[in-house]
Amino acid sequence: MFRMIAIVAGLGLALAGSAEAQTPRKGGTIRMTAPYGSSFTSLDIHTTQRAQDEIYAKALHRSLYIWDSAEGKPVPELAKEVVVSGGGLVYTFKLRDDAYFHNGRKMTADDVIWSYNRIMDGAKAYPGARYVRVIEGAAAVEKGQAKEISGLKKIDDFTLEMKLTEKVDPGFYLFTALTSIYPADEAAKEGFIQKPIGLGPFKFVEHVPGSRIVLERWDRFYKPGKPYADKVIVSVMGEAAARDVAFRNKEIDTSVLGPAQYVAYQSDADLKGTIVEVAEVFTRYMGMNPAFKPFTDKRVRQAINYAIDTDLIINKLVKNKAYRATSWLPLTSPLYDKTMKPYAYDPAKAKQLLADAGYPSGFEFEWTTSQNESWGLPIVTAVIPMLDKVGIKAKVKQVETAILAEVVRSGDYQAFVYSQQSGPDPQAALKCFHSSTPQSACNYMNFKNADFDKLIDEAGQTDDAAKRGQLLQKANALLYEEAPVWFFNYNKAVMAVQPWLKGIQLNATELTHQNVEDLWVDETSPAK
Amino acid sequence: MLSFLIRRLLQTVPTVLAVVMLVFVLFSVVPGSIISTMSDDSDPQVEARMKKQLGLDEPVYMRFGAYVAKLATGDFGTSFRTREPVTTMIAKRMGPTLQLIFASMAFAVVVGVPLGFVAALRPGGIVDSAAMVVAVSGLSMAKFWLGLLLMYLFALKLGWLPSFGYGDGGLKYLILPAVTLGVSPMALLARTTRAAVLEIMTADFVRTARSKGMSETRVVKWHVMRNALVLILTTMGLQFGALMGQAVVVEKLFSWPGIGSLLVDSVLQRDIPAVQGSILVVVLFFLAINLLIDVLYGVIDPRIRYA
Repeated sequence: MFRMIAIVAGLGLALAGSAEAQTPRKGGTIRMTAPYGSSFTSLDIHTTQRAQDEIYAKALHRSLYIWDSAEGKPVPELAKEVVVSGGGLVYTFKLRDDAYFHNGRKMTADDVIWSYNRIMDGAKAYPGARYVRVIEGAAAVEKGQAKEISGLKKIDDFTLEMKLTEKVDPGFYLFTALTSIYPADEAAKEGFIQKPIGLGPFKFVEHVPGSRIVLERWDRFYKPGKPYADKVIVSVMGEAAARDVAFRNKEIDTSVLGPAQYVAYQSDADLKGTIVEVAEVFTRYMGMNPAFKPFTDKRVRQAINYAIDTDLIINKLVKNKAYRATSWLPLTSPLYDKTMKPYAYDPAKAKQLLADAGYPSGFEFEWTTSQNESWGLPIVTAVIPMLDKVGIKAKVKQVETAILAEVVRSGDYQAFVYSQQSGPDPQAALKCFHSSTPQSACNYMNFKNADFDKLIDEAGQTDDAAKRGQLLQKANALLYEEAPVWFFNYNKAVMAVQPWLKGIQLNATELTHQNVEDLWVDETSPAK
Repeated sequence: MLSFLIRRLLQTVPTVLAVVMLVFVLFSVVPGSIISTMSDDSDPQVEARMKKQLGLDEPVYMRFGAYVAKLATGDFGTSFRTREPVTTMIAKRMGPTLQLIFASMAFAVVVGVPLGFVAALRPGGIVDSAAMVVAVSGLSMAKFWLGLLLMYLFALKLGWLPSFGYGDGGLKYLILPAVTLGVSPMALLARTTRAAVLEIMTADFVRTARSKGMSETRVVKWHVMRNALVLILTTMGLQFGALMGQAVVVEKLFSWPGIGSLLVDSVLQRDIPAVQGSILVVVLFFLAINLLIDVLYGVIDPRIRYA
């Protein structure tokens, strides 16, 4: 079984545990917050990859698969049965015949095919294309060489055959809202973007741009007895301090906490019990450009890992709102190797490695960073004196987060600090370092290593899951040894949850993304 | 009057064009593009198609020409981000922003002008000192911090008002953001009014009025207030325009659905049509308010002619 390590603090565990024991109450309003900006990007969820937008989309839409936080893996959602054939490349989905769109029409295989074809429209650059590309013929549609994805075949209204390009679990690719299934006829109309229709447990009521989205229970949702709540309100609240006041004032049911608030809530007897935390599948690191001379040498890259007192930074600056990284695959990955130890803080060894590599006096490099408080400028500022101690001088180049994304994809850097998704699928996460993966995709360090490629290729070819796991763990260990990055930390996502909100899932892919049909509020909620 | 209005309207054209050009050129040269914010992993071929579709593959001067031509027909373009017409996006946000700005200005006028008057009538007294402390504090306080303080006091501690959101657009949701935004113009109006009243109180025509035996109330009402209003109106006009810009912080803090939050997100995501449209609306609002103030000058002071 896919293993999941979820770390729950204090009463958070009791909170989740007690929720299981109680009978869910019907009715009430769930008041969630969207903390990652001052607006939702769009009501067309295919167009936006921001975590902010998926918060409401989890209530409004459904994809072929869904993330099961308890199991730590994607499970079929719109299919009752999945049969694998063709050497692991052909998936036949027996679709639900009880899934109704919010306009009352039943979902069929045509809707799935239409939605995936839409996502692959290359002229629109839908972000979900990177997932749908796993279906044979999808890339041809994206490039304008074909009109329809050849790997999708409708057997009948409720049976769909999907041919993949490689042996992977399509669940990892087709569970996010980016691949939501739209009603083929309705979604093509102009007004759809103003009043979206989905398959989710809640239907759209109102969007006040820059303020909130309101959804109400969809009575024909296919899971019996669900959803529990009558209404869901997702308020846009980008300011942490404002969220803090609103949470303490009981105006909202959930609030994402930053490092400073994490400390404050932990030391407050009334709020400590509201904290829920999980190791998310994001790895924070300093990427080093192998084309920049000193970083070509593995010993230099290792020296950087030895020169930085990572634990001190996590403790003092990140306020322990992170887990020390021991390689690429994070704590919640099914292949996380707990026997691996992080690079020790050892400036003497760092100096020795630098001398061995031909840099006894160190060198200078430019470090590109954003202002992010958890993995940006404050971290870089703290690391610079540590590197200085071993003779390495770093010059800071500060850019906006959006610019940083361009910088890492173009390779226009000597070093950069970043947070990158490293799960939930370990195979996909490690494949980013395969030499065939373009830098513009996710091989941001342009990593090329024949031994690593061999391990990844073998893992992709084998049908033996245990062997695949071993090969991928070996690849992960090799990455640690090669140190293309300074392994900083894995994100610890922390959310405060009011005691009356039950059923919170410890979603390692993104804690704010909740399967809202499983949430319910008890009678103590101030929002009736 | 009509010729004055036409002349002033024509004068706004070069100003608007200059702003449009400045914003266009600025966002054409700053690094970062909408395409990089849309997907972490897209094919270079797809990126090229996307650029073509958005018109980003053409030279800046051609894009600018096309943009101005569209603008002349009232078309602000289509948002890169939401794929909605920018005019629709702005229309949705304009109401709440105007609601917030007018409420803030109302607060500033209702509190600031009487405060300045009272302070000026007894210069150096306790009321004057207290009023000026309020005014200086109001000018110095950062809006973000003040907003948080008000939230803490009136929402969390007293429980009188909601701490955030638009709700049904009702008054209780408007009070805290409006006061937060209105404190700074209130302080400026108080100081301006005080200075204007003090100056007018020593003017020859006021002394003449008093020497004719006119009561102090009539002197203040007919001579001082009316003359001070010209300066107060000028300050109000300038502050109205400034409020549009300052609303960005307040809207974000209180989750208020206005132009400010639209502008912030559009800038961060390099949604150029939405940025241009939002800035243009702010500029047009500023110009319209100033035109209105110019017209009002003549109403208040008949000596001013629309020559």
